[in-house]
Amino acid sequence: MAAEHIVPVKTYIGIFAALLCLTALTTGVAFIDLGAMNTVLALAIATVKMLLVMLFFMHVKYSTKLTKLAILGAFFWLALLLTMTLADVFSRNWTPIPSGWGPSVSAPAPAGK
Amino acid sequence: MSEVASTHPRELAHQFQTVEQQRETGRLGMWVFLVTEIMFFGGLFAGYAIYRNLYLSAFEYGSRLLEIKAGTTNTAVLIASSLTMALAVHSAQTGKRKALIFFLLITMFFGFCFLGIKSYEYLEKWNHFLVPGLRFAPTEVLPPGVTASHLELFLCFYFFMTALHALHMIIGLGIMTVLVIMAWRGKFSAQYYAPVEISGLYWHFVDIVWIFLFPLLYLIGGRY
Repeated sequence: MAAEHIVPVKTYIGIFAALLCLTALTTGVAFIDLGAMNTVLALAIATVKMLLVMLFFMHVKYSTKLTKLAILGAFFWLALLLTMTLADVFSRNWTPIPSGWGPSVSAPAPAGK
Repeated sequence: MSEVASTHPRELAHQFQTVEQQRETGRLGMWVFLVTEIMFFGGLFAGYAIYRNLYLSAFEYGSRLLEIKAGTTNTAVLIASSLTMALAVHSAQTGKRKALIFFLLITMFFGFCFLGIKSYEYLEKWNHFLVPGLRFAPTEVLPPGVTASHLELFLCFYFFMTALHALHMIIGLGIMTVLVIMAWRGKFSAQYYAPVEISGLYWHFVDIVWIFLFPLLYLIGGRY
């Protein structure tokens, strides 16, 4: 019987520290105007954090190929879900929504104004 | 018969040949469940992406209404709970019963902290009339291009996604209560700890969902 791979506590502490640093970084970056890069950076940092959690906390790095294949399958289907849906929504020639007869929807005026 | 008994450990179920095979099967099964969970949350993320692109200014304005300090604190709390959960699994793997119970209880403590901060945020939204459907009447003047109904839509996504995440955490806390009782009764050993490991995978998954919810809801609304 093959021995179980036991991740040393040091590795867990290191990953934890990295995750906290990345959280501080992503919050800090949110206060700097980088245009569209804000969204890209936020999602990139979240992806790195996800990979750290998956590879080390969830032991994916030490898993069998079959488990890794199942996980890759998940991301493949998720990518299908997102790209197919978004491609359809943003490339379709939508019929404009009629505004109706009444006054257009707007914010309720604050009291006293 | 005695020979069979000696080669077939107590913790090994009959359908498996080795303990290793049993562990791998359990892990794969849990991952398949998590795959369905990824798709479950994935639909919400897709919906969020569509409506954020359609009503960008309302979604950005709504995002700035969320409390970034509470969100960041909760992210740190959840990451800490993931660390203690990983350490609980480590304790189980090395057969340390007391450490296992300790780390499970600490993980639960962080879980309750997260839910406490989340409740505070919900209460703030309630007090500011920002709960869609139930109590919605923004008191501040909305910036141009932002309509109340689009803001309400953002808050619908906010409440539904965070509440679904919180529901997963509450289920996780229930699972951990069972684990603590099982560990207390000495059900786990260095040879048998599958429930701890598999519950750990679930808890880390819930952490990952939050890792994405946090930037999407709190951060990318233009805080500068």
